[in-house]
Amino acid sequence: MKAILALADGTTFEGEHFGATGETSGEVVFNTSMTGYQEILTDPSYKGQIVTMTYPLIGNYGCNDIDVESIRPQAEGFVVREYSAYESNWRSQSNLGSYLEENGIIGIHGIDTRALTKRLRVHGVMDGILSTEDLDPQSLVAKAQAWHGLVGVDMVQYVTCPNPYAWETRAPESNTLSDLTSTTDDKNSQLTIDFDTTGIEAQSTPQFRVIAVDFGVKYNILRQLTQHGCQVQVVPAHTSAKDILAANPDGIFLSNGPGDPEPIEYGIKTVRQLIGVKPTFGICLGHQLLGLALGGKTFKLKFGHRGANQPVKRFDTDQVEITSQNHGFCVDMDSLPNNVKVTHINLNDQTLEGMEHTEYPMFSVQYHPEASPGPHDASYLFKRFTDLMRKT
Amino acid sequence: MPKRTDIKKILIIGSGPIIIGQACEFDYSGTQACKSLKEEGYEVVLVNSNPATIMTDTELADRTYVEPIGADIAEKIIAQERPQALLPTLGGQTGLNVSVELAESGALDKYDVELIGAKLPAIKKAEDRDLFKKAMVSIGLSVPKSGIAHSFDDATAIIDEIGYPAIIRPAFTLGGTGGGIAYNIEEFRDIVEYGLGLSPVNEVLIEESVIGWKEFELEVMRDGTDNVVIICSIENFDPMGVHTGDSITVAPAQTLTDKEYQQMRDAAIKIIREIGVDTGGSNIQFAVDPDTGKQVVIEMNPRVSRSSALASKATGFPIAKIAAKLAVGYTLDELPNDITRKTPASFEPTIDYVVTKIPRWAFEKFAGTDETLTTMMKSVGEAMAIGRTFKESLQKGLRSLENGWAGLDSRPIDQLPVSELPQKLTIPNMERILYIKQAFQSGMSLDQIHGYTHIDPFFLYNMKEIIDFEDEIRKVGCESKLDTLDNPQLSDSSVFLLRKAKQYGFSDRQIGELWNASETGIRTLRKEHGIEATFKTVDTCAAEFEAETPYYYSTYGMEDEVRPSQKKKILILGSGPNRIGQGIEFDYCCVHAALALKEDNYETIMVNSNPETVSTDYDTSDRLYFEPLTHENVLNIVDREKPDGVIVQLGGQTPLNLALGLQKAGVPIIGTSPEDIARSEDRKQFTELLDGLGLMQPPNGTATSVKEAVPIAAALGYPVMVRPSYVLGGRAMQIVYDQDALEAYMDTAVAASPEHPVLIDKYLEDAIEVDVDAISDGTLTVVGGIMEHIEEAGIHSGDSDCVLPPYTLVEDQIDTLKQYTNALAKALNVRGLMNIQYAIKNDEIYVLEVNPRASRTVPFVSKTIGVPLAKLAARIMTGKTLAELGFTTEIETDYFSVKAPVFPFNRFPGANSQLGPEMKSTGEVMGIDADLSIAFAKAQQAVGYGLPLGGHAFISVKNKDKRAIIFIAKKLVDLGFQLIATHGTAKVLRRNGMEVTLVHSIGKGRPTIHDYVKNHAVDLIINTPTGYAHRPNEELIRQMAIDYGITLFSTIAGASAAINSIEALRRGEMTVTPLQDYY
Repeated sequence: MKAILALADGTTFEGEHFGATGETSGEVVFNTSMTGYQEILTDPSYKGQIVTMTYPLIGNYGCNDIDVESIRPQAEGFVVREYSAYESNWRSQSNLGSYLEENGIIGIHGIDTRALTKRLRVHGVMDGILSTEDLDPQSLVAKAQAWHGLVGVDMVQYVTCPNPYAWETRAPESNTLSDLTSTTDDKNSQLTIDFDTTGIEAQSTPQFRVIAVDFGVKYNILRQLTQHGCQVQVVPAHTSAKDILAANPDGIFLSNGPGDPEPIEYGIKTVRQLIGVKPTFGICLGHQLLGLALGGKTFKLKFGHRGANQPVKRFDTDQVEITSQNHGFCVDMDSLPNNVKVTHINLNDQTLEGMEHTEYPMFSVQYHPEASPGPHDASYLFKRFTDLMRKT
Repeated sequence: MPKRTDIKKILIIGSGPIIIGQACEFDYSGTQACKSLKEEGYEVVLVNSNPATIMTDTELADRTYVEPIGADIAEKIIAQERPQALLPTLGGQTGLNVSVELAESGALDKYDVELIGAKLPAIKKAEDRDLFKKAMVSIGLSVPKSGIAHSFDDATAIIDEIGYPAIIRPAFTLGGTGGGIAYNIEEFRDIVEYGLGLSPVNEVLIEESVIGWKEFELEVMRDGTDNVVIICSIENFDPMGVHTGDSITVAPAQTLTDKEYQQMRDAAIKIIREIGVDTGGSNIQFAVDPDTGKQVVIEMNPRVSRSSALASKATGFPIAKIAAKLAVGYTLDELPNDITRKTPASFEPTIDYVVTKIPRWAFEKFAGTDETLTTMMKSVGEAMAIGRTFKESLQKGLRSLENGWAGLDSRPIDQLPVSELPQKLTIPNMERILYIKQAFQSGMSLDQIHGYTHIDPFFLYNMKEIIDFEDEIRKVGCESKLDTLDNPQLSDSSVFLLRKAKQYGFSDRQIGELWNASETGIRTLRKEHGIEATFKTVDTCAAEFEAETPYYYSTYGMEDEVRPSQKKKILILGSGPNRIGQGIEFDYCCVHAALALKEDNYETIMVNSNPETVSTDYDTSDRLYFEPLTHENVLNIVDREKPDGVIVQLGGQTPLNLALGLQKAGVPIIGTSPEDIARSEDRKQFTELLDGLGLMQPPNGTATSVKEAVPIAAALGYPVMVRPSYVLGGRAMQIVYDQDALEAYMDTAVAASPEHPVLIDKYLEDAIEVDVDAISDGTLTVVGGIMEHIEEAGIHSGDSDCVLPPYTLVEDQIDTLKQYTNALAKALNVRGLMNIQYAIKNDEIYVLEVNPRASRTVPFVSKTIGVPLAKLAARIMTGKTLAELGFTTEIETDYFSVKAPVFPFNRFPGANSQLGPEMKSTGEVMGIDADLSIAFAKAQQAVGYGLPLGGHAFISVKNKDKRAIIFIAKKLVDLGFQLIATHGTAKVLRRNGMEVTLVHSIGKGRPTIHDYVKNHAVDLIINTPTGYAHRPNEELIRQMAIDYGITLFSTIAGASAAINSIEALRRGEMTVTPLQDYY
């Protein structure tokens, strides 16, 4: 079946559909990671976005129930050069097409994704429509132009958890992902890969109680926190500072999430009230909210950072770490108050990647130390968080 | 960290001659290293015995020693140059081994030379299999079960524990030489004993087999502040059990989830840290159990490698260049990414295409050897192709091999009955990919094929898609009645199909075959429907940043990224994958053309498919197209770039084969015209040419059948030289001594027909063969060098030792040669290079062959006389004259250069190692010295068989040589050698008053020479083969010499040159001199 991706600038790409059928809108972005399409699809930060993979062959290793970052795929649409209908991997449980179909995600393949990527790089990310129903390019372009976009929109509301829940240790899928397990067979039990990336054994008795504010949290953050000895309580984004503090946690974690940080006023307010109270660690959107709460400003990057090869310099050791990133907005380094120190920068474009408060036990990074997908170079940050909690 | 200032002078050891497992990739890495160190202001001292390398061009290093590579020579160079540092990781296994030897012998300490990049303990830990395994276990990684054996007894104890099948890997040998897979005790004994003999430390590793597991490689880089990045992941199409050099490999990894890939990445980082490679690149191999995902570490190379060259070309990240900079103290984040120029090198390349590397073998030259692909590398070259899908990249790769395949073809192999296919699928062989196609077509299921081959189903599925699509193209073609393409109106669905076929990597030729149309017909048809190749950039970053370096590949997409400039442009066609007869020498010429024309302000455009080469470094030309060298692909580039001229005479046979077709398509070919080139290759026209000039060629005839051949040969008189017309590297060329042999040749070796006649030449026995390289601008012709072969005519010039300048020719012979060369250049309207082979017999000069194009000896001659002939040729092709270029008279050198070939027989047990008119060598070395005998000794040493200064010499010569051997034997006795001989030879020597130990001919009593060799009681062998029929005794002697590394001479001429050299060496020490001091 034919499918068309139309951009607000009038460009259209005609390809073939895979996954679900229908029509969807979103901000069209590209991700340069060569692996990890399932993690990317299920990352809540992609809410509101149609994701293009720059790597041309997608679907090769299928999908499984384990490599998920949230309860369901979150991207609005999926764009690839060649979708592999055949999957080959010992852990695969279904192919990507049926996985997307089951989850109502529209995919398009057979288009020149490099041409699309270059367009986004040169002109910036754009709103777009992906459709298998309306195949009139002009009509689609008009719809793309009419779409509300992401700037100024609260996307967190669509992905945060409705109610608080306790994150179970290492196998959360069994209780929180019940609606996803389609073909669970004994392959699960064969999963012997040790995903431990830190050399630290998972703690049998958690040492720290952490409240994770869910702006669209990736499961691997929760897995990492657990592995580092945290007992994690996940709370909805709207939870007030008062309620958080009432639980008297050892530390507070501000999660990643989709879209523009500025309209998340409730989040900024909560974070502002938490400044200096408890050891706090923020990732991605959590980092941006912290930046805003501390008085900084954010801005939209032309085409964002999305990939698993982004070089980040950490100033404490002067070393480079290869990081996983997924963000379209960024905290303006120059807007930060004096009591905030820049700890990490992106070596590609010198933008802010990490900061810490000079007086309070608070730090945050723009990128994804939990990886998934991506390199594990930055997993030390979870230890830094537990160290902070231990000290305080 | 900034670069080190305590170091001023750095020694780099190259990898020497091209051999299987060590080819031009080390010239590529060495050249990058030299350039980048010089750029930083370091003085570079280089040693490499291979004259055909770009790295040994005198501009690239400050002091260039074209000398044998060995610890003794390197120490002399160190003593002479006093470098502060030695960079051991860029010269392949050879460079690394010599560095280790220097470190262990104390030479480095003595002269205060620091190993940079990797220190001795790190090298040892990575290279010593036992230490390596222990290190892996200590950091919690899995390795296959294994044990180290120093004897067959050790080995049996280990195999009892591990069980069959088992892998045997000799320690410190290159490219898996001597290794293998044993399924039973018999094979086990053979491989272990062979391996123990080959290992310089008499050590083999016996390893649990993980045959059939998935194989992966990661290319890792580390800098001095412990930043580690992965440059590229590679997944092998052929699973474990086939050497990675013999495997089809694909980048990036295709079938690993992110979780598994990151686990492998973590392991790689741990490994490079644990082994302790300070800075630079390493290659790490993993095997993955397809059923459980279990990962085990196979091995690590603590240096740049064939795979790192591939990774550099596949990603655009110049590993060797960066490794050199890291070695002198820079960190990754201080270095810019060359391609984007704005982002740092401290990142991991991400690619948005698929790269497929396919090896090329030369088994046809080594009849009798086992062609099974195993853990010992046997391929002689490789092609790489880039596409947006695996299908496209695979098909482009297959036609890049230039062995007649247009893609995933079916034609070149026999159609086997289904019952015989499983064997072809199970036992890895060079045509397995085509048998897989046959299996699919005969209805075998993907699962069955996977069961036989263990090739990942993902790859098989993609192949199946190609095959199914081929059926669809065929079907639609028939339905649309496209057999005549006069009215090229296609329905929308056919246009869609055609476009998709191109995206699946089908060539016009393939489609034409399916639609009964010509390649040109399909080209016209698709162009009319707007289906044109689009070129995309290799940019390290999947388009995230703008690329500054124009490095392109073709695909069929929506957007083309090439922006042709308005400058004058010259396009250079490269030489494709290495093969015997066409390798680095031609790449050298292409690179020189690019460099020269760049200097002249042309925009240079390179087209090539060989990832090992300097020509495919994006730095070499202004623009690089990594594309198959086919008519279609080249035309696509020409259409896009519209070059002012295309150079076809420098890349060997590959571009020449395209020349006429390209010219017909209107491509402006510069230099000697394709018609004139063809004239020299066509027997009839060639004879007319010589007759017109009054030059002689050996009496000859042309036969289209056995019946015709017999009387021709009889009239010429045996022996005669027979060969098919139009061959490369003397393919299927033979000297036959009698009618039986002639008939056998005509029956089996070639299928003669009116279209493919067999050429029969009178073989000029005992003639002196001479090679002449010359250059002409159409008016003036200047001889670059006259090379006199040491062996008599009849041995392929690529397999002969030769001396420049001639050492026995007299002045008027030389003058006549020059005259003839002049006349031939004029007659053929040569503009550029030409090579002529002459034979001199009884004072008569015969013309054997004229090649109005670059020859294999151009780099050798250029390096000897100090004139870059290929650069001059490129300039002539763009209209300059020799006078303008300042090269109007021959250079007379007062020193000698000797070129010696290197053979791969140790890789092909069972193959006949006798030399003849068919070329078998993979590479060559050069020995240069003021004293001819020393130059010869240097060449011998560089080949790897140094000349013994004393000991036991075994002599066994054919009757004809018995007289000539007396003098040589006498000299050997004078030099203190003890003689060993078989019956006939011994008798002659004793009669002439020499003491000789008699050995029995094999099979006629003990001890035989075999026993002596096994007891390491032979240092030199002189064995001249009779030439006639199959002589197992002679073959055995040669094979033993190869296995045990004993210096062997198979001609009287070679032996006497050797004796002179031994004499000279005993007179005084070998001294070393850089090229810069010669001219």
